[in-house]
Parts: sequence; C-alpha cells; structure tokens
Amino acid sequence: MISKKIVLHFPQHLVDQPIVHRLGKDFQLSFNILKAYITPREEGVLVLEVDGEPRNYDKGLEYLAKSGVRVQPLAQDVVLRKEKCIHCGVCIPICPTGALRVTAVTGEVGLDKEKCIACELCVNVCPYRAMEIAF
Amino acid sequence: MAKTIQEINSKIKQGRAVVVTAEEIIEIVKHEGVKTAAEKVDVVTTGTFGPMCSSGAYFNIGQAKPKIKLGGGHAFLNDVPAYAGFAAVDLYVGATALPEHDPRNQVYPGRFTYGGAQVIEDLVAGKDVRLSATAYGTDCYPRKKLETWINIKDMNEAVLFNPRNCYQNYNVAVNLSDKVIYTYLGMLKPHLGNANYCSAGQLSPLLNDPQYQTIGIGTRIFLGGGVGYVVWQGTQHNPGVARKPNGVPQAPAGNLAVMGDLKQMKPEWLRGAAMQGYGVTLTIGIGIPIPVLNEDVCRATAVKDEDIWTQVVDYSEAYPQGVPGSLGEVNYQQLRSGMITVRGKRVNTGNLSSYPKALEIARTLKDWIRSGDFLLTEKVASLPAAESGYACRPLKERLITQ
Repeated sequence: MISKKIVLHFPQHLVDQPIVHRLGKDFQLSFNILKAYITPREEGVLVLEVDGEPRNYDKGLEYLAKSGVRVQPLAQDVVLRKEKCIHCGVCIPICPTGALRVTAVTGEVGLDKEKCIACELCVNVCPYRAMEIAF
Repeated sequence: MAKTIQEINSKIKQGRAVVVTAEEIIEIVKHEGVKTAAEKVDVVTTGTFGPMCSSGAYFNIGQAKPKIKLGGGHAFLNDVPAYAGFAAVDLYVGATALPEHDPRNQVYPGRFTYGGAQVIEDLVAGKDVRLSATAYGTDCYPRKKLETWINIKDMNEAVLFNPRNCYQNYNVAVNLSDKVIYTYLGMLKPHLGNANYCSAGQLSPLLNDPQYQTIGIGTRIFLGGGVGYVVWQGTQHNPGVARKPNGVPQAPAGNLAVMGDLKQMKPEWLRGAAMQGYGVTLTIGIGIPIPVLNEDVCRATAVKDEDIWTQVVDYSEAYPQGVPGSLGEVNYQQLRSGMITVRGKRVNTGNLSSYPKALEIARTLKDWIRSGDFLLTEKVASLPAAESGYACRPLKERLITQ
C-alpha cells in the first residue's frame, strides 16, 4: 500500500469530466482532497492524497496523463527558503501536521515534506516569507 | 579579586582575554563554581535576534540644487512616509511606518508586507530607494518638489536610532477567545491553540545583567551586524517589576535605546518582518559583552532558561482592554521544549526570537573581542535601577473640553 500526495492540473475542457471519480472507481484508489480551486484562467487544480496498491497507482497516473491532466508530486512544490528563514520557530505551533519542527542539535527549523499537506497556514504566518508553496 | 574593564581591555589588546558565550558560562560555572569562573573568564557575550518595533533610522541625504527644505513638508521612501520635521534634508523613517494606500493592507487581517522596516533593510542591502518629497518653499530653500533615487552610500549620514530595543523579558501570548487573532506576537489560534513568546532567554543581554551592573549608557555593542552603542534607557523601561530571588524579572522590565552607523550594518542582521494582520517591524540582531568584574556579575551571566520565568497573558481580551493579571507563570526551558500547560491544557509554543541566530551573534561578538577588534567600554551613566522608583505608567486620559 502506498500513499502519495499529488497536484493535478485540469485544463478548461476537462473541468466537467468525472476524472477523479474514474480514478477512484476504475483503479481501486482511495483519495482525500486536500485542496481544490479554479484558477483565474478557469483551469482546475486539485491536491489529492491518493492511497492504493503501487500497480494501481501507476495505472491511475497513466490514465490521468492520457486524459490530458498534468500531474506533479506535491513534495517539490513546498519549499522552506533557507536564505530567508531566521529559525525563530513561530511557524511550528501553527503547522497542523508537525511537518515544521526544530532540529534537535542546531535548533534550526526544518520541513518534513512527507508530512506537509500544503494547507499554506505557514506561508502567511512566517514574518520573513520563508515558506513558498507554488502549484 | 575584582577586575576592571581597563584590565580586561588590556588583555583583549594582547590577545589573552578569556571570552565565552552566555551559554558556555553556564557549563563553566556548573563544573567549576562561580569563584573560579569569575577569576578565569573575562567577558561573557550575550545575543538576541528578534522583532523590535520601536526602531528607525535617520538620514541626511545631502542638499539638492536648487536647495529644498523637507522640514515642514512631506517625504516618502518607496511610498512609506518618512518624518520630515528636522531641518532641511534630515529624514527619519520608523520601522512600523506603512504606505498610505497599500491594497494588501486594506482588508482584514491584511498582509503588511512593506513598510519602514523593509525600507531600512533595502537601504542597508545597498538597494536604491525612491524618495518623493514636497516642500512649501522659502526664499533660501526655494525648491518645492524632489523625486530621486537615493542610496545609502551617497548619504552623508545614515544612523540606526532605536528608542526601545532589547526588552528584558516579555509576555507569553495566548488566545482565550473562539476566533483567530493577529497580534505583534503572531497569529494566535483560538481556545489556547498556541502560545507565542519572544526572547533569547539565557542568551538575552539584559537577562544576563538583570540589575544593569555593567550595561549602561555608553556600552559598546554588536548592533545589526556592525558596532553600536547603548545611548539611553529605552522607552517604557520598567526596572521595578517583580523579580525572582535570583534578581531576574518575571515580567517585561528594562530595555535599551541604541544607535549605530547604519552604513556598517548588514541586512542579515536587520530584517524587515511582515506580521500578518498586525503590521511590519524590524528584526534586529543585538549582542552585548558583559565584563566579568566580580562574582556577582559572573553569577548573573550563568542564568539558565529554567531560572527565567515569565507570565502567560491573554491577548484576546485582557491585553487589549488593559486588564492586568496573568494566566500563570512558565520558564524558558518549558517554553523552548515546545509545549507548556495553561489552565490544565497542553499548548504548543512558538518563539518569535531566533535562538540559533542569537547564539550566532554571541559567538560572532566573542570572535570580534578575541581578535582584538572590539574593546569594551565603561558605562558613562547607569540605567535607572530597580530601586530608583523609575516606572512605566499608563496614559492618564484627560477629556478635552472647550
């Protein structure tokens, strides 16, 4: 069983297609919608946490690609900019999943991308704009 | 055997001074005792890197041709209002000043991404800043309008001058209400969702010299990455607050007014901060050396996080309404552990002041002193002490009638 967080970009002509429904039903994948919105250009963006067997997951990705949906892993979109971060720690109690935490030895703030659900609360809370989430 | 600052400076010039950080002295005193530590160690360096709102900088931009008198007129730096009430071309920009019409600030809670603090950071970083000014014009200063790029390297003077910095201890803020609130101590989640504090604790300058024995007017310090000086007590200096038996205040107490040449400071240690829903402020790096003159001074520098206590205050109702009182006391070891208990509830903590950066400042100052580049100064006057009666009072509002 694997669990992956992915970002799906739906071009305009696909916005009314039951693609995610098919993804779940045809490939035995369960999913949790972390974020969903329509961009100003009327494209759909969905951040999903997808669980299932690795083979089914790969087939599901293939289906998405063939349908014209652009898929990207979430992990590469969440960045803690080290050159901006002052390691104060004001973000730590704000993070709902504990993805932001203090490294024991150095006392510096670190981001565990696997735990991040891209809720974006840290983005505005950081006074130095050190957190960047782009997708 | 007491030492003098003169003796310590002599050792510094010879490269023989024993300098340690406020973290290292804790271990030294623990293993060797105060008496031996006081004999062995010459200087303890302290540090802090946190938001300090009562800050700003003044500049002399040089006279234009034809001449202009900004005093009495209006001036803006990157659309942030600068105070133009001094003479012809002297300007002061405060860290918390905001542009008059920034759409990002108009809708609650507001982003507050650019203000005086960011102007100061941009200038220190060597960036060009847009000066836009109007004046009423006089016979000797006829010009009425000035629009120009300015840069710190072209200014005659650029001086960081901060009326209140380096607070000796501060509150822990919590939110008892059922709505998220935005404060200068950050975003506070409802129902004791988080507890934010702001201190370098055992590294913090005035917490290592709680009775202001060595830190005073004229003390040379690390300020914003360069050299600065303590010039006065800070505004709201409140030395008479309750203290623990070790002399360390258990609530916000003293503070410092500091100044230094902005031209030799670095943007790494003068960072503009955008506090969501609140405003902008300047996060400043300050490091103060403490000459270990005797056992008393040495004992004070060995203060540990668990010996420094502070009050938990509700910022949803009690603080804004000026209702005194505390929800309980916690120490900095508990705060730094990541969790404290308030009213029986376990609450995650967040610090606005960076401990790793404070340590870096203490270590940098230690290097400067050991290399002979930085000599200590003798204070020329003391800060008002706890017994002095000097106190911070609230405003007495008096109705203005005809």
